[in-house]
Amino acid sequence: MKSCREATRLMSESQERKLPLREQASLKLHLALCAPCRNFSKQMNILRRISKSYAEGGPEKAEE
Amino acid sequence: MSDYLVPSASSETRAHDSLENSQFLVDLRQQMLRFASLQLQDTQLAEDAVQEALMGALKNSRSFSGRSALKTWVFAILKNKIADILRQRQRFVDADHLVHGDREEHDHDELFDQTGHWQKDERPKKWADPESAIHDKHFWRIFEACLNYLPSRQAQLFMMREFIELESHEICAAAEVSVSNLNVTLHRARLRLRECLEDHWFGVED
Repeated sequence: MKSCREATRLMSESQERKLPLREQASLKLHLALCAPCRNFSKQMNILRRISKSYAEGGPEKAEE
Repeated sequence: MSDYLVPSASSETRAHDSLENSQFLVDLRQQMLRFASLQLQDTQLAEDAVQEALMGALKNSRSFSGRSALKTWVFAILKNKIADILRQRQRFVDADHLVHGDREEHDHDELFDQTGHWQKDERPKKWADPESAIHDKHFWRIFEACLNYLPSRQAQLFMMREFIELESHEICAAAEVSVSNLNVTLHRARLRLRECLEDHWFGVED
């Protein structure tokens, strides 16, 4: 894979659709070599977890 | 998500008592209104949706085992109502988006260098476990501030996707965007939101 910009685009799109095998493979290769993008990848999952919690009334359940 | 749409059959009445506690109701209603208004951009519609969701909860309150289960359920109802409203809405055109839609290509320029790699000080760092964040009211204030900081169109589509959990094709129909436009917009929203959360919460040393 060429760039981190492209890798983040694919990681974002993978939240909406299953990536074709070719894109999956090139993303995997990029992630193996790029620590910041590995962090980004985990953060996409965290963002989803946070959003889900927010939509279930997370702030209303949280402690001061 | 269907597992929490149906109230549990527990006979405990703590949730029922909660609904008779007016401070609890006031706070809950406030949070629901914020949630609905953010997405519908229409106070009256938001009030109606919240009202209906709360009425449903009052009717069924005896079947909840506790406040937390009740809140989860009330928000699930509210989410469904918002989803219905968004799906029915023929269009909501954002004039700002129409004018500035062609700037999208250049939006990430400050994050990446010319070769498309992360700028040195923009590289995503490791984040701590999110579980402690979601139990912290301060975190949610930051989260809402970061959402508000997004351009309105980005926030709108992001919320349809992540909060209301509409599928791409549903968002494209309701918001009148192409799939590629939606993908670009969600990508931008996630880049910005991620950066904002790292700058103001996850990347802050304590």
